[in-house]
Amino acid sequence: MAINYVYPEYEIVRNYDRCINCRVCERQCANEAHKYLSDYNKMTSDDSKCVNCHRCVALCPTRALKIVKSNHTFRENANWNGKSINEIYKQAESGGVLLSSMGNPENYPVYFDKILLNASQVTNPSIDPLREPMETRVFLGAKPDRIERDENGRLKNNMPPQLKLSMPVMFSAMSYGSISYNAHESLARAAAEMGILYNTGEGGLHEDFYKYGQNTIVQVASGRFGVHKKYLDSGAAIEIKMGQGAKPGIGGHLPGTKVGEDISKTRMIPEGTDAISPAPHHDIYSIEDLRQLVYSLKEATAYKKPIIVKIAAVHNVAAIASGIARSGADIIAIDGFRGGTGAAPTRIRDHVGLPIELALASVDKRLRDEGIRNNVSIVVAGSIRSSADIVKAVALGADCVYIGTAALLALGCHLCRSCQTGKCNWGIATQRADLVKRLNPDIGYKRLVNLLTAWKHEIKEMMGGMGINSIESLKGNRLMLRGVGLNEKELEILGIKHAGE
Amino acid sequence: MKYVIIGNSTAAIGAVEAIRKNDKEGKIVILSKENHHVYSRPLISYLLLGKTTEEKMKYRKDSFYTENKCELKLNKTAERIDVENKQVILDDGSYESYDKLLIATGSSPFVPPIRGLDKVKNKYTFTTLDDAKALESVLNENSRVLIVGAGLIGLKCAEGISKKKVKITCVDLSSRVLSSILDDESSEIVKKHLENNNISFYLEHQITELDEDIAVLDDNTKIPFDVLVLAVGVRPNVSLIKDIGGKTNRGIIIDERCRTSIPDIYAAGDCCESIDISSEEAKVMALLPNAYMQGECAGMNMSGVDFVFDKAIPMNAIGFFGLHIITAGTYSGDVYFESDGKNYKKLFYSNNKLNGFILVGNVEKAGIYTSLIREKTPLDTLDFELICKIPGLMAFSKETRAEKLGGVRK
Amino acid sequence: MKRVYVNEKWCLGCHLCEYYCAFASTNETDMAKALKDKKINPRIRIESNEGINFAVSCRHCEEPLCVKGCITGALSKNDGIITIDRNRCISCYTCILCCPYGAVSPSEDGAVQKCELCIKTNVGTPQCVKGCPNGAIVYEERGE
Repeated sequence: MAINYVYPEYEIVRNYDRCINCRVCERQCANEAHKYLSDYNKMTSDDSKCVNCHRCVALCPTRALKIVKSNHTFRENANWNGKSINEIYKQAESGGVLLSSMGNPENYPVYFDKILLNASQVTNPSIDPLREPMETRVFLGAKPDRIERDENGRLKNNMPPQLKLSMPVMFSAMSYGSISYNAHESLARAAAEMGILYNTGEGGLHEDFYKYGQNTIVQVASGRFGVHKKYLDSGAAIEIKMGQGAKPGIGGHLPGTKVGEDISKTRMIPEGTDAISPAPHHDIYSIEDLRQLVYSLKEATAYKKPIIVKIAAVHNVAAIASGIARSGADIIAIDGFRGGTGAAPTRIRDHVGLPIELALASVDKRLRDEGIRNNVSIVVAGSIRSSADIVKAVALGADCVYIGTAALLALGCHLCRSCQTGKCNWGIATQRADLVKRLNPDIGYKRLVNLLTAWKHEIKEMMGGMGINSIESLKGNRLMLRGVGLNEKELEILGIKHAGE
Repeated sequence: MKYVIIGNSTAAIGAVEAIRKNDKEGKIVILSKENHHVYSRPLISYLLLGKTTEEKMKYRKDSFYTENKCELKLNKTAERIDVENKQVILDDGSYESYDKLLIATGSSPFVPPIRGLDKVKNKYTFTTLDDAKALESVLNENSRVLIVGAGLIGLKCAEGISKKKVKITCVDLSSRVLSSILDDESSEIVKKHLENNNISFYLEHQITELDEDIAVLDDNTKIPFDVLVLAVGVRPNVSLIKDIGGKTNRGIIIDERCRTSIPDIYAAGDCCESIDISSEEAKVMALLPNAYMQGECAGMNMSGVDFVFDKAIPMNAIGFFGLHIITAGTYSGDVYFESDGKNYKKLFYSNNKLNGFILVGNVEKAGIYTSLIREKTPLDTLDFELICKIPGLMAFSKETRAEKLGGVRK
Repeated sequence: MKRVYVNEKWCLGCHLCEYYCAFASTNETDMAKALKDKKINPRIRIESNEGINFAVSCRHCEEPLCVKGCITGALSKNDGIITIDRNRCISCYTCILCCPYGAVSPSEDGAVQKCELCIKTNVGTPQCVKGCPNGAIVYEERGE
């Protein structure tokens, strides 16, 4: 093209004193950003192809590479910043909807970073996690309202089916198709080893992973991909996906180029066809319809598995959650606007939805006010980034969290947000066999296990510091939280006091 | 158990190392015609070239004989074998009794009956260390050396003395150099390379008459010389077996267990003849790797372990002035050929097997081809087209690769 | 005996094993200094074709054909490891003729070279294993 409107966002900086021309950067870049010039015996790079995924940087044996943000600038403008201008250029060029991957990167408030935790001192001593037992196990599912006894006075088992987790974390729904087979294998094996669950997402369950069924949540999404009797029977729980935090209100789209033989078999669609999940479930147009689906699934699985309903955090999320809690669902999963995705229209991802902290707080309060909080467990998602975020989420009322982006980061993702190209250099968000190879599940699952083990220790340390020895005592314990730099309304919605109060 | 080995070169060492794997106590006696610790015979030309020393030429370290409990008797030639009494009679009248006997007598250079040869003062063959030292002692700057024979030994001798500032001429009846292992085109490449290194050739000629310092060819060309080296070929030393009625042809005939036709007598090395599996013909394959492996086979069987060596093929790795040549097998069948003038490759195949190959110049990974011949690998189990172009394990199937590289047992 | 094994399922053909091998042979401490402007000649070598990659290095065979064929005795077996005495090698290439894996190759100074499991380097343990970014190369006992 004659006029280059968009200058490369990143520049590849190579230290030629350290470069030994090993060409690993060239071999490992799926975007072909590096090239060896044999005539000059020199490596050269094309910045316009770089997506800042760091594959070359991470593999360079002499650390000769780094990626920097280009300091090529537009004239300073607080309103029309470079990003806005470039997006206009792109759309004038292509006429298409801007697509993006992963979670909302825009500068909205991160409430987790404005909440602080308590610690015990003097009056209420802290607990030493190295000496005292600390309970991080949680049970997800509807809890009965009261104890029931039989005619002999013995306790009746009136517990609906529960999911037992060794810690309040699960792996979020990421479909086979948006991520690779090896990524799924890593998640499944890590979930099995840690005693938690992972989620199939809307891509169905590959037959090789049925053996991890006890640690699998099978998802029923609007496209109903891969849903058959064996699928429902294989998982530990079934999740009905009503919405997703990254793209509330719209469905999903996997391009036909990514639908190869394996995906076609798992999703039960012809090879090469686009896999489009419609925005609504076309058989769910009211809360009564949802209740009907919930009970259909329970019937199909003999009432042995908890049913999860996953919704995106939107403006009337509290009312929706209330309806779901009365519909017979056992668990509600709420996905905040920071949630990740394989591909979504940029404007939807960045401008639709609510922060999970506020959504969680309002749902928890609403359900408690209506006396139905025990009807469901609440799982939250949408950018849980550390064990501190987990502790704060639990304190705000969550039973458990889902992690998506964090899990992928453990597997090697560098958050370059180019998943929609299908050329993930780390073997995660791609179906190209030569790229998928780069994620060795023997290494990947170990990294996930390491991450969760570390978080488990940190959670115990923080709880111990607060003088709490079980997640159950932390749940909804808003007195353990204080806000800082929050206005009155925010404090009110979160239900916490300001620091200093 | 008493083992006697006639010969002290590669085959003998192979036998000793094999015997000692199975029998740490039996007595081993080695009878050596020469007066040296075992040395690597092909290295004599490198000695003259200055690339090795007498010390480094030793095929095994000094303590080899004591560590392996062998009694080495130097300067002893075996005259005949008394089969009935199981004794070897030596040239000094003494005898050595044996339970198991190994003949590893190697070969001797053939001296052609050229008219006037007796008149030549400085004439040498080139197969032993003593030969090399003797040759070296008479060379001066500008000596004119005439080598009869442009085969493996003749050319190695030429290379060996090339740094001595002598004039080197080579005569051979064949139309090509290294005629036993190369074909016309590859031979031409090698010949040019040798000529570029100041070796002159008279091919398709033979010497009809010799005088003290002149050689006359069949076309009456006269070549003056100071030193004459005879390198026209070697003959296996078979007399010990032949004289007692053992089966011989050109070499001592042995089976897959290195047994001769006489009980308790084995043979190995350059003195023998065995089946070349690439052509299914009996041949004398006078090559160091075969000598070692035959010696090892003989040693195993002599010490009571049933061991078969049925993978003998002709094979050569040789180089001159930096140009390397690797060949193996038999040159018959269909041909795959590629050459860029400097690097030459020819593969010969038929009946779904690789029969032989010639490589000149780029000889990397030649062993992959050698292995196809030795193992008689069916070519339809490989990507034959790929392996012709690029020798490598990629041409094998995934399962075969997992076995070869992954330690996966079938 | 522990040997180096390459799993072609995970080999990406990135060639880092080759560079770590070459680096180990230099006995330097900084790879950039050791290999800058040098053409490497590693003892482990990648074969690549149509998406399949794997690296080949000396298998340290139980019955080593290279040792049996070596005309100088430069190649020998010590504690199971096949080693080369570079002083004795006269570059006849008989070992290259014999090796069924193509694992022996000429080095810059003419003598032959092959993987010796890094026993002669400062580090002492196989560096190709360390350099592989995808766990394709392991150093372990497989009862061979």
